Amino acid sequence: MISIKGLRKRLGTRNVLDGVDLEIRTGESVVVLGPSGTGKSVLLKHIIGLMRPDAGSIEIDGEELVGLRESEMNVIRRRFGMLFQGAALFDSMNVGENVALALREHTDMAESDIQKRVTERLEWVGLKNIEAMRPSSLSGGMRKRVGLARAIAMDPQFILYDEPTTGLDPIMADVIDQLIRSLQKRMNVTSVVVTHDLRSAFKVGDRLAMLLDGHIVAEGTPDEMQTSKDPVVRQFMEGTSEGPIQPI
Amino acid sequence: MSAGAPSIGGGVRYVGARVIDGVSEVGRVSLMMWDIIKSLGRLPSGRLIFEQMDRIGVGSLGLVVVISLFTGAVAAVQAAYQFSTVVPLRFLGSVILRSVIIELGPVLTALVVGGRVGAAIAAELGSMKVTEQIDAMRAMGVNPVRYLIIPRLIAATIMLPVMTVFSDAIAIFGGFIVAILTLGMTPPAYVNSLKDFFYMKDLVSGLIKAVFFGGFIGTMGCFYGFRTEGGAEGVGNATTRAVVASCVLVLISDYLLANVLFRIIFTDPH
Repeated sequence: MISIKGLRKRLGTRNVLDGVDLEIRTGESVVVLGPSGTGKSVLLKHIIGLMRPDAGSIEIDGEELVGLRESEMNVIRRRFGMLFQGAALFDSMNVGENVALALREHTDMAESDIQKRVTERLEWVGLKNIEAMRPSSLSGGMRKRVGLARAIAMDPQFILYDEPTTGLDPIMADVIDQLIRSLQKRMNVTSVVVTHDLRSAFKVGDRLAMLLDGHIVAEGTPDEMQTSKDPVVRQFMEGTSEGPIQPI
Repeated sequence: MSAGAPSIGGGVRYVGARVIDGVSEVGRVSLMMWDIIKSLGRLPSGRLIFEQMDRIGVGSLGLVVVISLFTGAVAAVQAAYQFSTVVPLRFLGSVILRSVIIELGPVLTALVVGGRVGAAIAAELGSMKVTEQIDAMRAMGVNPVRYLIIPRLIAATIMLPVMTVFSDAIAIFGGFIVAILTLGMTPPAYVNSLKDFFYMKDLVSGLIKAVFFGGFIGTMGCFYGFRTEGGAEGVGNATTRAVVASCVLVLISDYLLANVLFRIIFTDPH
């Protein structure tokens, strides 16, 4: 379980996170929604310790992350996989090396077993025989899927998705959404998805949470959010520029 | 009087801000060095270090050959001009040898490699930073200091002295070509002139300087690469800063090292 309490982060003159409270239960898929620039990615980076909060607490299965040293955090991070917005594949490595990096760094697996795992995880995301390709020769959808294969290489307990469908055509976005769902069932992972893509949010989320002005302003199942009378939620669901949410 | 006051105040503020920026930068470099020391417990794989040695050393060799050849050639022409009727031409080889191995070889190699390699390291790491590749590495529990910085730093520190040895040899050969073809010296006279005034400590002092220069170039490239913010503009700024900082540090440390080497360690001129 991921438990976030009173999380605060100031960047420059803006309180990007201003007391975020959110609980993500084991095996659940929670989507954090919100307009661009509201700090969704910042929240995700706090969960995996890429950013340190000014105040508040983040617990993973009861273990407090805030205040851990980088070396201690590295041990926790092995239980996580993260898909970055632009996939963040390492340009200097081919696809196979990208997926294998964490296995080579953190396990004593034989090279033949690593190769098998790499092939298997690439197949899970629908890619075959691309181990030798360079990231620069992949399409946007393939890059995301390779990023996902890399995120699941170490059998993580938690997968964090930063805008997984941004920049993809609707068909490829649906492929990614289905992959998120199928991986959750196959690996029984806890997922946190950050997106402003409503269609994707309703497909992959067991629960949706809306982040605005630095805190969670609404939370509920996809059905509850869709029928919400809250004007903030309504404006976001309807996608209109008029309402309580002021574009940044 | 009143018109001048604001500009003086502005000037003081500007100087003050630059001093604070400079001190902060030194502090940040020190923190990175501390991170490097902490990460040395588990060294990166040899493959990563050899890859960087190849890129830094072999990749820069062509440039170093051209620069060194002409440096030696120019040194011969200039020395011959300055000798004129005062110093016999038979000392030409000695002058080229000592000026090259003590000063020109290490410093020019460092400036050339600093421009090429410092920029390449800063641009590569800067691009990785802005495309979240360094964050991705951290998210996987892989220490980017150990994986990215230490191999580059070790490779630059090892390869700069190696490149300097090449540079020294090629520059002396450049001087030889000019001395034989245009100044009327015979090959034996040039070679004897080299032998008469070769001191091992000159070569060692030049190589010690090269070790430091390599360390500075690697450190500045990695430091500014890791501090890159923004997009392409940020990468461009990081690259420029890495090259400028490398070159300035090479020249300042050259003076400091010259004092330490020739006034404290190797005090006997022979």
